[in-house]
Amino acid sequence: MTPLLSVQGITKHYGAHIGCADVAFDLYPGEVMGIVGESGSGKSTLLNCLAGHLAPDAGQVVFDTRADGPKDTVTMSEPERRMLGRTDWAFVHQHARDGLRMGVSAGGNVGERLMAVGDRHYGDIRGKATDWLERVEIDAGRVDDRPTTFSGGMQQRLQIARNLVTGPRLVFMDEPTGGLDVSVQARLLDLLRGLVRDMGLSAIIVTHDLAVVRLLADRLLVMKSGRVVEAGLTDQVLDDPQHAYSQLLVSSVLQV
Amino acid sequence: MSEYNFAYLDEQTKRMIRRAILKGLAIPGYQVPFASREMPMPYGWGTGGVQVSAAILTPEDTFKVIDQGADDTTNAVSIRTFFERTAGVETTTATSDASVIQTRHRIPEKPLTEDQILVYQVPIPEPLRFLEPRESETRKMHSLEEYGLMHVKLYEDIARHGHIATSYGYPVKVEGRYVMDPSPIPKFDNPKLGDMPAIQLFGAGREQRIYALPPYTKVVSLDFEDHPFEASKADQVCGLCGASDSYLDEVIIDDAGGRLFCCSDTDYCTGRRALGHKGPAFPGSEAAA
Amino acid sequence: MIELKDVSKTFTLHNQGSAVIEVINDVSFNVAPGECVALTGASGAGKSTLMRMIYGNYLTQSGSIIIGDLDIVRAKPREVLALRRDVLGYVSQFLRVVPRVPTLDVVADPLRALGVAPDEAQERAKFLLAQLNIPQRLWSLSPTTFSGGEQQRVNIARGFAHAYPAMLLDEPTASLDATNREVVLSLIEDAKERGAAIIGIFHDEAARARVCDREIDVSAFTPSFDTLEQSKVPAI
Repeated sequence: MTPLLSVQGITKHYGAHIGCADVAFDLYPGEVMGIVGESGSGKSTLLNCLAGHLAPDAGQVVFDTRADGPKDTVTMSEPERRMLGRTDWAFVHQHARDGLRMGVSAGGNVGERLMAVGDRHYGDIRGKATDWLERVEIDAGRVDDRPTTFSGGMQQRLQIARNLVTGPRLVFMDEPTGGLDVSVQARLLDLLRGLVRDMGLSAIIVTHDLAVVRLLADRLLVMKSGRVVEAGLTDQVLDDPQHAYSQLLVSSVLQV
Repeated sequence: MSEYNFAYLDEQTKRMIRRAILKGLAIPGYQVPFASREMPMPYGWGTGGVQVSAAILTPEDTFKVIDQGADDTTNAVSIRTFFERTAGVETTTATSDASVIQTRHRIPEKPLTEDQILVYQVPIPEPLRFLEPRESETRKMHSLEEYGLMHVKLYEDIARHGHIATSYGYPVKVEGRYVMDPSPIPKFDNPKLGDMPAIQLFGAGREQRIYALPPYTKVVSLDFEDHPFEASKADQVCGLCGASDSYLDEVIIDDAGGRLFCCSDTDYCTGRRALGHKGPAFPGSEAAA
Repeated sequence: MIELKDVSKTFTLHNQGSAVIEVINDVSFNVAPGECVALTGASGAGKSTLMRMIYGNYLTQSGSIIIGDLDIVRAKPREVLALRRDVLGYVSQFLRVVPRVPTLDVVADPLRALGVAPDEAQERAKFLLAQLNIPQRLWSLSPTTFSGGEQQRVNIARGFAHAYPAMLLDEPTASLDATNREVVLSLIEDAKERGAAIIGIFHDEAARARVCDREIDVSAFTPSFDTLEQSKVPAI
């Protein structure tokens, strides 16, 4: 089986400071991988390098493209990479307003990716947008409302709909539940789990919330100071952490 | 006259602008940056168009200026006077007599010829600006032909109004490549942009951009399959000349809210009336507007 | 079906003076299809630890644990995941679910993961929930608000939704009344009959005697089992 994403030696420096160093892993179709670590551990830098938002100093991010098979997205031409970014890839930002167009209706937000890949039938686009709003549990009657009138949880769900409408195969998520209150988080996690399963998505989720990765991720990378210090099955890393830092991380969680 | 260089701008500046124009003509629809100069008139009064006109005028040219179709409004009169004084060129109000026509927000009704140049005044040259405020990003979108966002604007129109309500500055795609803002002309004029024998030049002074359409360029107005583009106008005839094929202005004519629809192209209207055409606004005509 | 060979495990507590604690030392045994083996030993002897090692939840330092044809000690994460999906079931003592998900979906979940159609998976879930006497009015609610006994039964229903060829049962009959205990024991007997290899922890001696073919005393393999359960790194 070919990995969907094969990452080798990804390194990014900010001057003398290490963003992330020598990260490598394979992600297979349908797998969800969590990346955990404290603030500044390099998890967001890594995610941005993987998603093509940052150019790494070294390393390869080989994606199994539909048309040409495995291809290094770091050396790929920019148009090609951006095309991936709106077809096979999706990126869910921590703050919904970074990933939404706040001045455009919910329907327009969801429809944008469809129009970007050439859909030119208004009725079809609107139909798909409405369908997706319902799938993320937003009332179809709000299709013409702007995201500014939505609650934080709804905005985040709208962002997810906007990203998934083109049926991507790989979703990058940066703290998708950060900043939401707990009951809204649970609903979002449930939704994400369902979508991941039903669409056979692969996902890479950056978070500092260990409960989130336990529920969503099959596998886990633990990062510290830009390096991966431990990797493995999510429940194994959380229940039987091997590295000193992982043990500290796991034992630092407050029990409810 | 003796205190100004021909057509106000110095020769080096005119060369710089001509280079930008040539580049624009070579890449139809592409926005070429240029070093826009201070002009003796405020931004928004056509400084982009004036610089383009200044760069292309020759002493033998006959110059016409229209503002929303009219030759006799402040903007048109002052720009016409400006070039009479600084370039000493002939001026005219007759579309067919002019070799260079500077326009704000209209294309003349009378078809233009290969011997003419139409210069548009452009306030905001970037069609993607309203949805994507970052210039760095819109440039990238143009270079990579990522134009999905343009349709989002039209989508929003239909979602809100049930039809594409954008009635002026309607975006077009040039030669299947660049999406272009045709300046705030009514969409009624959009079909005239394509396949035009005359050269069309667009100047945006404040935004420092020049773009162009060479003669006989393919220009397509963007739309949806189920909401095709329509060149619309008021469903009336001109009250003065009776024309049914021209773009009409709506004018309030008395305190009781009486209205008159008349050609926005004053030269076209005058010409028709000189030939004896009469609209319903004149006594003796059957239906008054 | 399940084959343990020279299996040992230590915990290294980096944040507590790097204390190294030996938990399991040199275990070897096999479980054949259709066989049920009980792990015994005093509380803290390492029964649950050993079971978690077999499930791949705890890392094993040396030896091999072969289930079907996969050595879980050396397997890649995705191989372990595939094994857990298709081959190896685990009924833990605690129910851990996404909040807000209805009980019916919680139970149908392992079948849905295997690609079983939603209707068919739900049918199976309904059958098991009914068998385990979970009142129908609770099926559409999340089990997070249920009583301990109800949660335990939901957990068992979930564990038996798919006919795994190998199963690990951690105290499946604890905190159950006589009726439900009977249901669970017959579920285990059915599983044995269809050829499942089962490893179980039962404090209930009568239950153990009824379903288990053999017993393995884990304390024989635990060098210093007196303080283990307390010093172990807490699970989240």
